[in-house]
Amino acid sequence: MHIVILGLNHQTAPVATRERLAFTAEELPKVLNRLKKEAGLDEVMILSTCNRVELYGICSDLDECRNRLIKFLAEYHRIEADSFADNLYFHTDSEAIRHGFRVASSLDSMVVGEPQILGQLKEAFAIAADESGTGLILNRFLHRAFFIAKEVRTRTKIASCAVSVSFAAVELAKKIFGDLNNMKVMLIGAGEMCELAARHFINQGVEQVLVTNRTLIRAQQLAEEFSGIALPFDMFHNHLDQVDIILSSTGAPDYLIHPQDLIRALKKRRNRPMFLIDIAVPRDINPKINELDNIYLFDVDDLQDVVTENIDQRHQEAKRAEELVTREVEKFEQWLASLAVTPTIKKLREQTLEISHQELKKTLAGFSDLSDKEKHRLEAMVNAIANKFLHHPINYLKSHTDDAAARPATMIREIFKLDKSDNP
Amino acid sequence: MTNAYIILLGGALGLYTLGMVTGFFYLFRPMPQKTLWCKRFIQTGSLVHLLAFLSRCIQVQTLAVTNLHESLSFFALLLALAFLLIGRKTSLPTLGTFISPLLIIFTMWALIIPHAITPQPPILRSFWLPLHVLLSFAGNAFLVLGCIVSVMYLLQEHLIKRKKIKGIFRKLPALQKLDELSYLCLRCGFPLLTLGIISGSVWASFAWGSHWSWDPKETWSLITWLLFAALLHGRMNSGWRGRKASFLTIIGFAAIMFTFLGVNLMLSGLHSYAH
Repeated sequence: MHIVILGLNHQTAPVATRERLAFTAEELPKVLNRLKKEAGLDEVMILSTCNRVELYGICSDLDECRNRLIKFLAEYHRIEADSFADNLYFHTDSEAIRHGFRVASSLDSMVVGEPQILGQLKEAFAIAADESGTGLILNRFLHRAFFIAKEVRTRTKIASCAVSVSFAAVELAKKIFGDLNNMKVMLIGAGEMCELAARHFINQGVEQVLVTNRTLIRAQQLAEEFSGIALPFDMFHNHLDQVDIILSSTGAPDYLIHPQDLIRALKKRRNRPMFLIDIAVPRDINPKINELDNIYLFDVDDLQDVVTENIDQRHQEAKRAEELVTREVEKFEQWLASLAVTPTIKKLREQTLEISHQELKKTLAGFSDLSDKEKHRLEAMVNAIANKFLHHPINYLKSHTDDAAARPATMIREIFKLDKSDNP
Repeated sequence: MTNAYIILLGGALGLYTLGMVTGFFYLFRPMPQKTLWCKRFIQTGSLVHLLAFLSRCIQVQTLAVTNLHESLSFFALLLALAFLLIGRKTSLPTLGTFISPLLIIFTMWALIIPHAITPQPPILRSFWLPLHVLLSFAGNAFLVLGCIVSVMYLLQEHLIKRKKIKGIFRKLPALQKLDELSYLCLRCGFPLLTLGIISGSVWASFAWGSHWSWDPKETWSLITWLLFAALLHGRMNSGWRGRKASFLTIIGFAAIMFTFLGVNLMLSGLHSYAH
C-alpha cells in the first residue's frame, strides 16, 4: 500500500505545459471515476490549479501505477506522453506525504505562504470525497495536511507580512492609523502600482478616494471606477488637508509637494497624521517632509526594502515550517505502518486459535467419558497455550510499527502464511 | 496576619515578574503567540495584590495608605487596575509588557522598606483621608499609564520615521491608537486628580482651618495639575498630539513622581509619611 503523487508545478513545467494538463472543476468528478478505474487505484484525488496539476493516489505497485497515471494524462488530454514526461515528478511514500503537507502549508507555492492553495486543496478534496474517490488513507492524509497548514500558519509568521509593494503600503498605513475605515485617500497620477495600492486601500474600507491627473479625463475614469471624486490637477493642493493617505506616481520631473504645502495642510487638519507614498521616479514629494511631525513619507525604495525584509522573513519562517512538516511526516508514516500491522495481528490470532480449536475438537472426539467441567479445562488450557505463544510475536509487531514499509508485519505474514487461506 | 500579608504581596510581585518575562518574550520572539500570558499574569497578580491590600485595610482599619510602604503598594495596585480597565476597552497586546516594570519597581520598593503599621495621628482620622488619597492616586495612576503609552508612541514613531520595519515594530500597536489611548488616560486621570486636590483642600479646611497652606506637596501637585491642564487644553483646542503631546506627558510623569515621592523623601511638610 503506497501513497503516490504524480504531477508537475510551476518549478518543473512552463505554463504552456501546465495549462494543457489542467482539469476544470466541472470535469473533475467524471475524471476521478475514470482515473480510479483505468489506473487501478484504491483511492484518488486530483489537485489542479494554475500553478500545479497533481494526481494523488493509493496503489500497490509503484511502477505500474506511475505508467498508468502518465498514460491516463496523455490519453485524457490527447497529447504525447513524451511531451510532458520530463516535467513530471513522482513522489512515493514518505516523499509523497512530505510533498502533500508542503503543498497544503504553502511551502511549495510560487509565493511562499500565499493563502489560496489551502482553499484549492480543500476544494479538490471535497470533490474527490463526494465521488468516493478518497478512502481511509487519503481522508486521513488530507485532514492531517489541513491541520498542519493551520499549524504552520499560526505557529510561524510565514504569511504575516506583505510581499508586494502595494500591499506593503497598506500594512504601513495600518501601523500608522490602526484601522482605515474613515480614511480618505488621494491618488496623484495614475500609475499601475498606484491603482493597485488604491484597490487594496478600498478593500480595507477607506471612506473616499480622490483622484487627480494631468489629463482630467483619465482622473475621471479612475474616480468612476473607485466611486471617488476627480480633481483638476492644478487644484489638488487645496485638498491636501482633507486626505489622510496620499499616493503619488506622476511623471513630473520636479517635486509636486513641498514641506510648506504640508505645514499648511497640517495646520488646517489640526495635526492629524498623514501618510504619503511616493512611487514616482523621479520623486514627486520632497523627502524633507518626512522630518515634519505627524507626517510619514515612504518612497519606492523604502517600500521595496520593506518587501525584501518581509520575503526574507518568510523564508526564515519557511525553514521553521519545514521542521514542523518533517515531524508530521514521521507521525503519519507511523500511522500508515500501524495500519499494516493491525490486520496482521488480527489474522495471526485468528489463525492460531482456529488451529488450536480444530485440534481440540479432534482430541475431544476420541474421549467419551469426559465431564463438561473437564472439557472446559482442556479448552482453557489450549487457549492459554495459544495466547502465550502469540504474546511475544504480537508485542514485537506492536513495538515495530515505525519500521519503513512495515517489514516485520510482512515477514510474519510470510512465515505463518497468513495470506493463504488453505492452511493445513 | 502580617506574614500572610507579606506573602500575598510577594506573590503579586512574583506574578508581575512573570508577566514582564512573558511580555518581553513575546515582544522579541519571532513568532506570534495565541494567548497573552503577560496580561493574564498581571490580572492574577493584581487580584492577589488586592487581597493583600484589603487584608491590610482590615488590619489598620482604614484605607491602607498610612505610610510610604502602604502608599507604594497601593499605587502599584491602582496602576495595575487602571491598566486592566483600559485594557478592557482597547486590546493592546504590548501595553502590559511596558507597564509591568513599573508595577515591579513599586511593589518591590514597598516590600524592601519597613512595613510596620504606623499609628495614625488623630488629626488624620477622617473619612476625608481615604477619599482624598483614593482620588489623587487613581488620577495619578491613569496619568502614569498615559506616560507609558506615550513612551510606546515615541518608540513606534521613531521606528516608522527611520523606516525600521521589522522586529518589535510589528508587535507595537498603531501610532494613532497609541495617541488616542494616551489622550484617554489624560481624560480619565485629570478629572480624578482635580477632584483629589479639591477634596484635599476641603479636608484641610476642616483639619487645619485653611484650604491651602503652600506645603511642598501642595505646591508640587499644583505644578503637576497645571502641566496636565496645559496638555489637556492643547489637545482639546490646539491640535496637540503625537510627539509633542507624548513629550509633555512624560514631563508630567516626572512631576507626578516628584510630587508623590520626591517631596516626601527630600522635603518635609504636612504630607510627609511618618517614619
